[in-house]
Amino acid sequence: MRFNRSGAPRRLKLAAIAGLLFLHLPLVLIFLYAFTTEEKSYQFPPPGYTLKWFSVAWERQDIWDAFMLSLKIACIATGAAIVLGTLAAAAVARTRFFGREALSLLIILPIALPGVVTGIALRSAFDIASIPFSFWTIVLGHATFCVVVVYNNAVARLRRTSPSLLEASLDLGANSFQTFRHVLLPNLATALLAGGMLAFALSFDEVIVTTFTAGQQETLPIWMLSELVRPRQRPVTNVVAVFVVIITFLPILMAYYFTRGSETIAGQGK
Amino acid sequence: MQQKTVFISMPETTRQVSPSREASSPVAVSLAGVSRHFDAVKAVDKVDLTVHEGEFFGMLGPSGSGKTTCLRLVAGFEQPTAGNIIIFGERVDGVPPYRRSVNTVFQDYALFPHMNVVDNVAYGLMIRGVGKKERRRQAEEMLELVRLSEFVHREPGQLSGGQRQRVALARALINRPKVLLLDEPLGALDLKLREQMQVELKSLQRELGITFVFVTHDQGEALSMSDRVAVFNEGRVVQVGSPVDIYERPETRFVADFVGSSNILEPAFCERIGAPSGLWSLRPEKIRLVPEGLTDEADTITVTGEVRHVQYQGATRRCVLAVKGAELALAVPAVGVEPVVGRMAHARWHLDDMHGMKHV
Repeated sequence: MRFNRSGAPRRLKLAAIAGLLFLHLPLVLIFLYAFTTEEKSYQFPPPGYTLKWFSVAWERQDIWDAFMLSLKIACIATGAAIVLGTLAAAAVARTRFFGREALSLLIILPIALPGVVTGIALRSAFDIASIPFSFWTIVLGHATFCVVVVYNNAVARLRRTSPSLLEASLDLGANSFQTFRHVLLPNLATALLAGGMLAFALSFDEVIVTTFTAGQQETLPIWMLSELVRPRQRPVTNVVAVFVVIITFLPILMAYYFTRGSETIAGQGK
Repeated sequence: MQQKTVFISMPETTRQVSPSREASSPVAVSLAGVSRHFDAVKAVDKVDLTVHEGEFFGMLGPSGSGKTTCLRLVAGFEQPTAGNIIIFGERVDGVPPYRRSVNTVFQDYALFPHMNVVDNVAYGLMIRGVGKKERRRQAEEMLELVRLSEFVHREPGQLSGGQRQRVALARALINRPKVLLLDEPLGALDLKLREQMQVELKSLQRELGITFVFVTHDQGEALSMSDRVAVFNEGRVVQVGSPVDIYERPETRFVADFVGSSNILEPAFCERIGAPSGLWSLRPEKIRLVPEGLTDEADTITVTGEVRHVQYQGATRRCVLAVKGAELALAVPAVGVEPVVGRMAHARWHLDDMHGMKHV
């Protein structure tokens, strides 16, 4: 056994590389087949390469409709999550009340529950309440898990924020609203932004909960799912997949950069 | 050893006003029967205090003695469960912190991490709607006062503990408070800086003429900075007085013990050594070691005992003498009779240095 820095055994290195390939090779294939000239089946290697599917995808109104729907749902669900998640975080982090821990768990639960369970539960609840499935039921479904990520980010930041910051603001003449606006919000901002971006990414590529809470609406991931059974113009689906990956990956990357090293932002500046 | 028939007066229990501050000077803050109970916990219990205008007032006590809660009551972060607080003639029941003419320097400084130094200092002015140019000018002026001019554009995270504290001080003072509250202002600083800041705070207070009320658990800090000190224990004020009063004439066993270490002479012990009966406190540095066979002096008590411990402390030696079933702590100067562990030594003190305490 060697203990120097580059000293992982060769077999361990190989296993790690194999693991990474297993995780990411399928993704590379998705990207690859967005450029293939063969439109009916996935041949390997592709017989030829073309960019024409990008223009085909661009021209298709059904893709645009699905894209706009997904975008709208993600934006509204994220907006609702930011408001509700911040309020919940403020309640849990700032005050003590009976059942606080239980409430905290209940807020986080939707992200731990299988999407199928959340989906079925929501669907039957909407049924019982005779709420017709619509755009808004999808938003509600998405909000259940979007709230969680915002809440988690906000609560972590609030716990690291010294309570005397708010007292200092009150002490210096600011009322509660001014304190919220000038001290609390700027301190929470990056956490909320990060939480919001994660929420957006989660909502944008969500399939399971959406299938249960949607009526006739087709979000982009649902459109992709239905597209898979169709034998014609398969690479268009891959083109869309490439864009979905980019649209969801960028916010997650940005969220990571926003919360990185935030200890120095929210703490006492040590 | 001979008995002296000397009358030693018990200190008056109402030594509320120090000689340096006449009772006629206007009252800045007064607490009358103020209590703050958290369910069964009596954080502050029936406290009466009067702080005069322009005074540097110390609140001293061990942690959990209620001194910080008392400060927070004056600041308005806590509301009393009983009693009245009056700040410059105005009853402040239910008045929120942002409408009180007091400002606070927090123990952790509580600088806003998303603002630079000058914006931190100008915060109070910004809230009051002072224009950007004007508030910057005033903030820079205030930073000059605390000698931080070159750090105007730094972020709080880039400052040392001492610098952060100066920013907190400037931020509180820019609002021209009538009373400045300081919560353990020097607690987080190292010894050297602490001593320097003690002097600076003191001169700043004299310069500005603002009433300062500060909380500390450090008796040295309380004694060296305050015009008057209130000693807290278990939510109550046990003694108020000038540092000299508190140190030289502790009224209770707790004060004698907490403010510097004191010998407490029990009535039974006094009887055995031929001292006037009573419960007395006696400061270690008031006891001298005398050579054997030295003639008796008037109005003194001399005892003989075995030296138990000697601890070298530079300028003085702390030593413990076993005398007739009790132990006496002494601080003896480096010159004079040298105590040797295991040998007998003769200790002498003046009757005036014994101070009567309440039997509590």
